[in-house]
Amino acid sequence: MAELIPKSPCAGLLALTIGGMTASEVDAGMDAGVMTSLVPFRGREKAMSDALKAAHGMGFPAPGRATGRAGARAIWFGQGQALLQGPAPDASLGEYGSLTDQSDAWAVVRLEGKGVRDVLARLVPLDLRPGAFRRGHTARTDLAHMMASLTRVGENAFQIMVFRSMAETLVHDLKTAMEGVGARG
Amino acid sequence: MRITCPICGERDRREFYYKGAAVALARPDPDAGPEVWDEYLHLRANPAGETRELWYHEAGCSAWLVVTRNTVTHAVLGAELAASVKGAGA
Repeated sequence: MAELIPKSPCAGLLALTIGGMTASEVDAGMDAGVMTSLVPFRGREKAMSDALKAAHGMGFPAPGRATGRAGARAIWFGQGQALLQGPAPDASLGEYGSLTDQSDAWAVVRLEGKGVRDVLARLVPLDLRPGAFRRGHTARTDLAHMMASLTRVGENAFQIMVFRSMAETLVHDLKTAMEGVGARG
Repeated sequence: MRITCPICGERDRREFYYKGAAVALARPDPDAGPEVWDEYLHLRANPAGETRELWYHEAGCSAWLVVTRNTVTHAVLGAELAASVKGAGA
């Protein structure tokens, strides 16, 4: 029988350090823990939020927001949907909505350093100035034609997610943009 | 071109996918007759001025929107969730 070797989405592609900025993988199997999409049943949004708070310490995020902290985050992930990143979901959440394991489905990259906003300005059509997109803000958006999730996790740090199959394209586009910004000094 | 998504706020056009006239929300009854169905499926007005269209916030929140747009000035006049438009019986 073939011996299967588990690989993270960005294995062999990251980390990259260019112009004082670093792109590194947040490996679902390790740093990011488990990733689960939470979709509350109609009318059970409040109950789901309460259960999430009781079990994992953060409420269900409003559109465009992420709750919790590094290691246990709930990220708004689209209409009526959030992504729980970190802990395995408590069984109580299943009473109020649909839970689906997404741990292997997304490539998760942390982009950090001075100038990363200029890198992202080349890739996403969003206003990422601190006044408009603060820590704890998140967006589903288009990153170089890929459907992406972008979350500000620090003053100069963002978490970027794309479908796992697009990991290599994401790294290529990030590298090109980081080189472009880095070359300007 | 910018569209203000009721969920996400003002976003760039490249996040959206264009579907067509919002007439698609007013589906006739199954037994409405061939003329009504022919019109629903094939006949579209081509107004010079305000028009209502279905757009999909594909790269954003994945909501279907009814966008009101002026085909003469290209002004985007508003957007609402298709689910609430349909829910209201429009």
